[in-house]
Amino acid sequence: MDTKQLGIVATQYYRCAEPPDELVLKSGERLGPITIAYETYGTLNPEKSNAILICHALTGNAHAAGFHKDDTKPGWWDTMIGPGKPFDTEKYFIICPNVIGSCKGSTGPSSINPKTGKPYSLNFPVITIQDMVNAQKLLIDHLGIPKLLCVTGGSMGGMQSLTWAVLYPDMVHSVIAIATNYRHNALQIAFHEVGRQAIMSDPDWQNGDYYGKSIPSRGLALSRMIGHITYMSEKSMEEKFGRKLFSKERVGYDFSLDFEVSNYLRYRGDSFVQRFDANSYLYITKALDYFDLTEEKNLDTVFKDIRSKFLVISFTSDWLYPPHQSLKIVRALKINDVDVSYIEINSAYGHDAFLLENAGQAHVIEHFLARMLCERKNTVVP
Amino acid sequence: MTPGNNPNIRLDYSIILQLVAAQSRVLDLGCGDGELLYHLIHKKQCQGTGIEIDEKAVYSCIERGVTVLHSDIISGLKDFSDKRFDYVILNESLQQVLNPQTAILAALRVGKNVIVGIPNFCHITARFQIFFRGRVPVTRELPYEWYNTPNLRFFSLKDFRSFCRNNGITIIKERDLGRLKEEPFLPNLFAYSGIFLLRQ
Repeated sequence: MDTKQLGIVATQYYRCAEPPDELVLKSGERLGPITIAYETYGTLNPEKSNAILICHALTGNAHAAGFHKDDTKPGWWDTMIGPGKPFDTEKYFIICPNVIGSCKGSTGPSSINPKTGKPYSLNFPVITIQDMVNAQKLLIDHLGIPKLLCVTGGSMGGMQSLTWAVLYPDMVHSVIAIATNYRHNALQIAFHEVGRQAIMSDPDWQNGDYYGKSIPSRGLALSRMIGHITYMSEKSMEEKFGRKLFSKERVGYDFSLDFEVSNYLRYRGDSFVQRFDANSYLYITKALDYFDLTEEKNLDTVFKDIRSKFLVISFTSDWLYPPHQSLKIVRALKINDVDVSYIEINSAYGHDAFLLENAGQAHVIEHFLARMLCERKNTVVP
Repeated sequence: MTPGNNPNIRLDYSIILQLVAAQSRVLDLGCGDGELLYHLIHKKQCQGTGIEIDEKAVYSCIERGVTVLHSDIISGLKDFSDKRFDYVILNESLQQVLNPQTAILAALRVGKNVIVGIPNFCHITARFQIFFRGRVPVTRELPYEWYNTPNLRFFSLKDFRSFCRNNGITIIKERDLGRLKEEPFLPNLFAYSGIFLLRQ
């Protein structure tokens, strides 16, 4: 291996929104103090012009790349972030925060409520994508970055990126929005509703008050299984599993585990329970379902003040956030005279494509970022 | 510098570079790998966007630092406001569009000027093959067989001029091209392609 590695990385924590200056949420409620877990890779240049904010998806976290000490698995986007990779840590300063509402180090329903000394549980206020972005803004201000070179992310990360460009047009030089939508539609809400019902109908959920007791593992595993189906495609499932049987020669004509795909989903569900909090899943899926940039206006009007340049990426087999939804974003940007590039990448991996190694995605991101950096330095692309 | 003298730039590109005023806003329909836009951006300080349907070509555009939309020409033209661009370019792409009339009229809507580059399907070598061999022509400029050609529409420089006349489109300039230089003599017979600057 002659390629350089990011090596050992560590999560950092920023505490902000101390009372009485709590973060005012979209619902009108206030949240504070807030801890934001985040990781950074690379070095901020003296002009502070090379900072890139990476926003994670529903169950992601701040650990986007490199290895934690004594860990064998790298961060969730390690294929994309590191020396010589598209998000090149030798050129850029990468910041990846965990969203509020999550359970991966940032304040969420499993955090201790300072007023009671117990986990917030359902006393945690309902949050939105905008609230996540406003919390990230506190972190970016704290890091002393006046303008981000790029805000990017896939799925929910894409929604945060779009929200950044709308809320803070002067702070965002460019956006790479991947496999995302500008508002959650009925199909997307429907899958989340089923997932939430699976958790809430688990007797162990106990109205969210399960911390220190038995956790709603059946419900959470089931909701993950449902979610996972929506992240794949018919083709990728057929290629990966087909009708393969799981450790048996012929079907059992009973209700035991017959198929490989069933085993895979159970494994996915069970391992998810080990790493994710059921209440966080409820809060974040709700934040996604509330997401609608238009809010009864039209998208053209919402994008009127956008000053960022855009790269919009979709994947052919993504039926959860299909290309035509990305095209609606592109359309509204075109109407507003925004510099926008769009590519629909041919992939069989469904919505998950952006997380998997994808040469096309890597290629366009690498070169788009190079152009953005040149523009910020007012030089010409070599 | 006269066109064709720059060995690094295709003759049709260098003629288009002459037709486009510096610092214009340009839309290239069917921009391919983005080479023409790259020259327009760097040699004429234009602001450019391309529309291209081929995924591989889109990668090349982004690699060159060219803004590009992965789309077919007709749907890609939608949503741009009227006269948003100083020039809309359809170079070597019109013959591959299912509905060229719609494409040109849409291009004239979003562009103050439209530049169209077309191959001349009635060049003398093509006529020769039809007349003497009784075969659909295959030439260096039109290298495809009838069963694998991406070209959907076959027309000559004359046909295009009369199309413009019938659709109320003014031809501001016409430049006719041989293989290595411009070909002003009996272009419908001797020019391999023509580049037209149009306005409505």
